[in-house]
Amino acid sequence: MDIHEYQAKEILSSFGVTIPRGGIVYSPENAENKAREIGGSKWVVKAQIHSGARGKAGGIIVCNSPLEVAQATDKLLGKKLVTNQTGPEGKIVNRIYIEEATDIEKELYLGLVFDRSSESIMVVASTEGGMSVEEIAKEKPETIIRSKIEVAVGIQSFQARELAFGLGVDPELIARASDTIIGCAKAFSELDATMVEVNPLVISKQKQILALDCKMSFDNNAMFRRNKVSELRDKSQEDEKEVYASDRGLNYVSLDGNIGNIINGAGLAMASMDMIKLAGGEPANFLDVGGGATPEKIVKAFRLITMDKKVKVILVNIFAGINRCDWVAEGIVQALDKIEVKVPLVIRLAGTNVEKGNKILKDSNINYIEASTLEEAANKAVAALK
Amino acid sequence: MSVIIHKDTKIIIQGFTGKMGTFHAEEMIKYGSNIVGGVTPGKGGQKHLERPVFNTVKDAVKHTGATASILFVPPAFAADSAMEAADAGIKTCVAIVDGIPSHDMIRIKRYMRRYSRTEKMTLVGPNCAGIISPGKSMLGIMPGHIYKEGRVGIISRSGTLGYEAAQQMKNLDIGISTSVGIGGDPINGSSFRDIIEKFETDDETDAVLMIGEIGGPQEVAAGEFAKENMKKPVIGYIAGLTAPKGRVMGHAGAIVSAYGESAIEKVEILKDCGVTISKNPSVMGDTVKSVLEKM
Repeated sequence: MDIHEYQAKEILSSFGVTIPRGGIVYSPENAENKAREIGGSKWVVKAQIHSGARGKAGGIIVCNSPLEVAQATDKLLGKKLVTNQTGPEGKIVNRIYIEEATDIEKELYLGLVFDRSSESIMVVASTEGGMSVEEIAKEKPETIIRSKIEVAVGIQSFQARELAFGLGVDPELIARASDTIIGCAKAFSELDATMVEVNPLVISKQKQILALDCKMSFDNNAMFRRNKVSELRDKSQEDEKEVYASDRGLNYVSLDGNIGNIINGAGLAMASMDMIKLAGGEPANFLDVGGGATPEKIVKAFRLITMDKKVKVILVNIFAGINRCDWVAEGIVQALDKIEVKVPLVIRLAGTNVEKGNKILKDSNINYIEASTLEEAANKAVAALK
Repeated sequence: MSVIIHKDTKIIIQGFTGKMGTFHAEEMIKYGSNIVGGVTPGKGGQKHLERPVFNTVKDAVKHTGATASILFVPPAFAADSAMEAADAGIKTCVAIVDGIPSHDMIRIKRYMRRYSRTEKMTLVGPNCAGIISPGKSMLGIMPGHIYKEGRVGIISRSGTLGYEAAQQMKNLDIGISTSVGIGGDPINGSSFRDIIEKFETDDETDAVLMIGEIGGPQEVAAGEFAKENMKKPVIGYIAGLTAPKGRVMGHAGAIVSAYGESAIEKVEILKDCGVTISKNPSVMGDTVKSVLEKM
C-alpha cells in the first residue's frame, strides 16, 4: 500500500526526522491561510498523488506570495496529473501540501528496501539526491553506498554513522544525519513498511538536515496489525476496478488489451496472459480468483470483467484441484444466470472431474466456446475477436 | 528414499482442528500420508480424525516421533507456529498460508539460524501448495491424483501452474519423483536453489522442471547453481512475459523491480546457464519429454 508524501512526512517526523514546516489543504482559501500561518516569503505548492516525478509533470510550484500559493492550489486541485509513473490516464489531485521553501546546499538520496537476495532490510544512500535511484544506479553507481540491517537487533549507530560519513556530511552534522537514518530505519521496521525513500534528503544553507520529499509503501499482508497505517489508504489514487476487486478479495490488475481473463492462481493467470500474447492477442487484465475458485468468487469475477468496456472476449481458465471441475462449472452457470455477458466466452476447465464439469456446462443453456488446453483456449479467444 | 518426505514420514498438522486443517488432513490421510496427530493449543488430550491432539508441537513430537508438519494457522500466527516447529525438532515444515507479513518471514529465517545446518528445519512456503512424492506421501493441498509416480522433480512458485505441469506430464506418461511448491511470496522458506540442490543428490530424480515467474533473484540463483554444480538436466519456464513493470501480479513476490527480474531477462539468463526453456506454458510437458529422450 502506498501513501502520500505528506503522510510519510508526518510518520517520519514522529520518528525524529526533521521536515520543513508545512500543512495539507483542500482549497485555495485554505492554502492562502496556510501559507501565512507557515510564514516566510517563499512556499512550495505540492500536488499529493501516489507517484514520483511530480515536478516534471507540473505538480510542484514554487510561489512568492500567499496569493500565488492560492492561485497555484487552484490550478492543481481537481486536475489529473500525468507523470512517467502514472500511465496515460494520470492521477487525480485532491489534496495539496503547502511547505516552506528550503535553501538547499546539498541533495542526498536515502532509501530503505527489502533486499530479496540477502533477505534483510537494506539501506541505500547516495550523494546524488534528486535523481531517481534507477538513474543513480545507471549514471553514478560509484556514489551508491549500502548497509544491511540485522533485523534481530535493528540498525546500529555505527551503521548510521558510516553511512553519514560515506555521504560526505560535515562532522558537526553527523549526529543529526545519523538520527535521520536511524529514524527511517525504525519507521521501516516498526510499521511493516516495504519501502522508505527520502529523495532528496537535503542539507540546507542553515545547516539543517531535512527530508524534502518522502515516499513510503507498506506490506498489505501486515495491515491486520497496522490500523493507523491502513487508514491512510487513498482509494482515489487507485484504479477504480482494482479497488472494486481488492475490496472483494480478488487479485486484479487492469491492463490495456481486450481479452478479459478469469483464472485461478497467480502463476496460471500470468501463464494464460502469456499464451494470449503468443496467440496474437492482448490481455485486458490479470485476475486471480484464488486457488479454490469458489462460486462466489467466480460471480464477483464476472461482475468485475463485464464492468470493463474494452473487453471483447472473456477467457475463463480454471485448473480445479480439490475444488473439482463440476463444482466450478456450477459456479460458472450460477454466475452467468446473474450476469449478462454480451461478448464471446471461452471456457477451459482442467483437473479433477473435468468431464463432469464440461457436461454441466454443455447441459446448461450458456453460450460458450469450449477449450481443453491452455493453448487452445488462448487461440480460440483470439479467434473470437474477429 | 525420496527427497524431503517419504512413505513413512510422520506428519503432524498445526491448526489441526480448524476447518482448513481438518479438510486437508482428511485429503492427506486419503492419499496415504502418515498423519500421526496434530496441534491446537488448548485442545490437547482430545482426539480428532481418530488421531491425538496436542497443546504444543514439543508434546506432539515427544509422543508421536513426528518429523514433519504442515501449518493451517491464520497469517497473524503463522510465524510463531513455524518457529515453534523449528524449536521442537521438526525437520520439514510446510506453510500453506497466504498473507504472512514479510517482516515476519525475515524474523523466522533469522530465528532458524540458531540451528546448525544438520539440525535446521526445511521450511517450505508460505503461500504454496506444499510437497508431494507421488505414491508415497503428500504434505500439501494439491489434487494428488494428477501426479504420476516417476523420476522428474518439479519446483514451482505457483500452485495451479504446478498442477498444469503435472497434468501435462501425466498425459505424456511422464512421472514425478517429488513436486515442491515454494510459494509466491517475496521471502520464502526454501528457494529454488535450496530445492534444486536436494534434487541433484536425490537418486530417484533424473531431471528437474523449474517453474518460475517474474520478480526476485531466485530463479537466476538456481540457474547459476545448476550451471556450476548440476549433472542432471534442468528445464525451466518463467511466467509473466506480459506483466507490466512495477505491478504486483497476484503473488506478493511477483513484481519486477530490478534488472534481471522480468520474464525475458530471466529466460535469457537461464538459457546461458544451460537450462532448457519451455517456450510457453502449454509445452512444459513436451519440453520435459524432449529432454528425457535425449538422456
